[in-house]
Amino acid sequence: MYSHDVLVLGAGLAGMRAALEAARSGANVAMLSKVYPVRSHSNAAQGGINAALTDRGDDWHEHAYDTVKGSDFLGDQDAIEVMCREAGQELINLEHMGVIFNRDDEGRLGTRAFGGQRRARTFFVADITGQAILHVMYEQILKYNVRVYDEWYATTLITDHGRCGGVVAMEMRTGEVHAIRAKAVILATGGLGRVFEPSTNALICTGDGMSLAYRAGAPLMDMEMVQYHPTTLKGSGVLLSEGARGEGAYLINSRGERFMERYAPNMMELASRDVVSRAEITEINEGNDIDGCVLLDCRHLGRAKIMERLMYIHEVAMDLVGVDITKDPVPIRPGVHYQMGGIKTDVDGRCWDPSGGWKGVEGLFAAGETACVSVHGGNRLGANSLLDTVIFGRRSAEAAMDYASANNHLEFSEDNWVGGEKATMQALLDNSGGDLVAKVRLDMATAMDEGLGVYRTEEGMQRALDAVRGMKDRFKNVIVQDKGKAFNTNLIFALELGCMLDCAEAIAVGGIDRKESRGAHSRLDYAARDDENWMKHILLYQGPGDQVTKEYVPIVITQWQPEERKY
Amino acid sequence: MQAKVSVRRFNPDEEQPKPYDQQYDIEVEEHFTVLDALIKVREEVDGSLALRCSCRAAICGSCAMRVNGHAVLACKARVSQHLSDDGEVRVEPAGNQPVIKDLVVDLEPFWNKVRAVEPYLQPSLPEPEAEYLAPNEVMLHLVDVMGCIMCGACVSDCTVLEVDPNFLGPAALAKAYRFVADTRDEEDSKRLGLYNGYGGIWDCTRCGECVAACPKGVAPMDRIMALREKAIESGTPPGGYDGAAYGYRHAEAFEEIVSHKGRLEETMLVVKTLGMFNLPKMLGMLPVGLNAMFHRKMPSPFAPTVPGVNQIRRLAARIKMNKDGAAR
Ligand SMILES: Cc1cc2nc3c(=O)[nH]c(=O)nc-3n(C[C@H](O)[C@H](O)[C@H](O)COP(=O)(O)OP(=O)(O)OC[C@H]3O[C@@H](n4cnc5c(N)ncnc54)[C@H](O)[C@@H]3O)c2cc1C
Ligand code: SF4
Ligand code: SF4
Ligand code: FES
Repeated sequence: MYSHDVLVLGAGLAGMRAALEAARSGANVAMLSKVYPVRSHSNAAQGGINAALTDRGDDWHEHAYDTVKGSDFLGDQDAIEVMCREAGQELINLEHMGVIFNRDDEGRLGTRAFGGQRRARTFFVADITGQAILHVMYEQILKYNVRVYDEWYATTLITDHGRCGGVVAMEMRTGEVHAIRAKAVILATGGLGRVFEPSTNALICTGDGMSLAYRAGAPLMDMEMVQYHPTTLKGSGVLLSEGARGEGAYLINSRGERFMERYAPNMMELASRDVVSRAEITEINEGNDIDGCVLLDCRHLGRAKIMERLMYIHEVAMDLVGVDITKDPVPIRPGVHYQMGGIKTDVDGRCWDPSGGWKGVEGLFAAGETACVSVHGGNRLGANSLLDTVIFGRRSAEAAMDYASANNHLEFSEDNWVGGEKATMQALLDNSGGDLVAKVRLDMATAMDEGLGVYRTEEGMQRALDAVRGMKDRFKNVIVQDKGKAFNTNLIFALELGCMLDCAEAIAVGGIDRKESRGAHSRLDYAARDDENWMKHILLYQGPGDQVTKEYVPIVITQWQPEERKY
Repeated sequence: MQAKVSVRRFNPDEEQPKPYDQQYDIEVEEHFTVLDALIKVREEVDGSLALRCSCRAAICGSCAMRVNGHAVLACKARVSQHLSDDGEVRVEPAGNQPVIKDLVVDLEPFWNKVRAVEPYLQPSLPEPEAEYLAPNEVMLHLVDVMGCIMCGACVSDCTVLEVDPNFLGPAALAKAYRFVADTRDEEDSKRLGLYNGYGGIWDCTRCGECVAACPKGVAPMDRIMALREKAIESGTPPGGYDGAAYGYRHAEAFEEIVSHKGRLEETMLVVKTLGMFNLPKMLGMLPVGLNAMFHRKMPSPFAPTVPGVNQIRRLAARIKMNKDGAAR
């Protein structure tokens, strides 16, 4: 059987940063990913990565405060402090690894402005920051010769009595199913955007890790907090980075007005994402739209700046909607973008509470978008997510190595685990008479978009939840047309759909439960934030049976008391 | 709009797997990319169609394949711009790589070549406390190369790789260039020695296919030429994978043969580059030669001198004179 001390699931920024840390310390580490590492969705991050550098006159406390406020006071302040305090050093680490950052006139790292922050502290590489960092991180993975299971799909966590000791995974090329043993498993499997349609997320963002952890007994936290990004392209929903507004682009409605004047007079287009998305939807609902969209106007930035700093946006707008942003405004609207919630962890990535405050799965760690530490609370600031992946990727690796050196491998029967998994897959392959996978996925995603969009109501969310539960039944008969072994993507989509349905249900249950409006969770029937009753996180556990069990844990407050949020 | 999407398929699970074409008649919308069309086929018609894709926005590098015979990113190619007169678009797997299933090719050789160029920053001085200082122009120049998404479209259409799988190829060499051009990397002479070797920068024939295929404007051929220039400029010492300066000798032999015969004799070029008595290496070239013959690209070893060769010789002499003059 394959065997490692630390096994990292996922090879995006969080996963690679974790694996790199372990490899540098000489640990027996491996990484497993359903796509080649550089195909991971981290490459789509365009705008940049935040850090408060002291020698730039910035202060991490300010970054932390902006993050706390951005989170609508749902973020845990101890975790936010860790992230913002360590950001500077981590940024320099990235530069030392070889990331090409845009520079200022003196050759030092240059910054750009980003939403929800009072200072320009976003470091960037044109508008391909994620790609530039991801590829360099992979260079380091190659340098340290980390073992990578490329194009392996993880289907189940191997657990016994609340402890994790490995995974079952399918080698996509051959279709073979294997067990891989590990003393510590780190989940870095990214987001779940495909639960919604449309979405800025890649086709691989299907929430697998969240579902795997949830099924294994770990709680999911604040799942209702799904971020809508204000500027996604008409039609496909592909993202146009906040970097555009950071560089000075305007949002205008059908009457040519810069409507943000009415919603956030101080920060204008650079208010927090939830605020801008709501403003756009209001404009659209009031009829100031063009075909269900408003416009992003970059023309006044000038061709030179656009081609230096927004070249990718220029390319995508041209390719996908045929608009040259140097000449015309481009139609956009809010679209699902990021999951603030996820697998509950402590600041060291642990998915269980050593002091017993909440339960979870021992030996299991999580980092990146799949995890909820929680540093983003009700609303993530732009460019804080890449930071989250590298900081908590590294920290979870440190904790996982500690755990691995203090514990033995879990004993389990390989045959049982592999056999069980094969049986599940065979059952899917044997289905007949049901719906096609893509049909169920689309129905789910549309129901979620309708019921859990930018504005929510009890009724709408309940309708979505009922629909999702109905789809869980339909899923049992879903049809996989490809019966072969080699590279059976059809079977993988079916497995992913199963994961997405778990996530969709959790999002809806959390949404119905939280009877207030906070951050991205904006309810028409409970329009105000309710600090008295809802300064707490919602934890969801799977079971017993078909049920979902809820638990609440208080928000950690260190320095900043909740206050009204205005931009 | 109706489109006939014709896909080259291959199923390794069959007893005697053979490639075959399958046509799907589907309704496409004006803005559809080839990827949208393939996804529609996969989701609504035939779930067994295998392809790689993820971002739908030309950034993850998954979906390189051949459309009407040329490598593209399927998510960047509009169906409407690739339809033939009778409404057909032809989709095949990327070239120069073994097919695993349908449009999915084996990328192991690709990544092995990337590994071979030592693709990571190698600063020799101790790290500064803060960032390395670097001029913004240098960084902006590098952004163009970092724009590479490792899709392999260039590799698919490279004419040298077609006959010589040992060639490091455009993607790996473009990556290599990034380190040589990065002021923070201090191993330039070691690197140039490495890239100077057999299978390296001198094997490119400058056909330009990689520049045409690259969806991100990386222009690999131009990077390879820049590496050649740097190698010559720095008078890069003998290096290469096995310690012989094949690359440099390749250029010298090239010059010598052309000025002597007025045309390039490729067989002679191999002999002169590898050294007349370097039997093991020459045997190593045999498969390349055979492969070239198979593709009807083997030059005749007995080519006569071309008419007007004297003029060419004079030209060569003059170039040489100018070059030496300029050097002084
Ligand atoms: C379009 C876009 C733009 C963005 N721009 C920014 C920005 O400018 N700044 C910023 O800070 N953030 C940005 N974000 C957010 C940020 O990019 C992501 O949150 C972050 O990159 C997530 O990284 P990750 O490592 O957690 O996951 P990912 O990079 O998504 O990686 C997930 C990995 O898990 C693997 N995986 C998943 N499931 C399985 C399975 N079952 N088996 C095996 N492997 C599996 C995948 O193969 C992949 O390797 C953006 C997001 C999007 C969508
Ligand atoms: S220019 Fe060189 S590297 Fe590019 S395709 Fe032609 S032979 Fe290959
Ligand atoms: S150079 Fe261009 S074509 Fe080649 S791998 Fe990179 S992006 Fe793709
Ligand atoms: S799907 Fe990502 S490059 Fe085409």
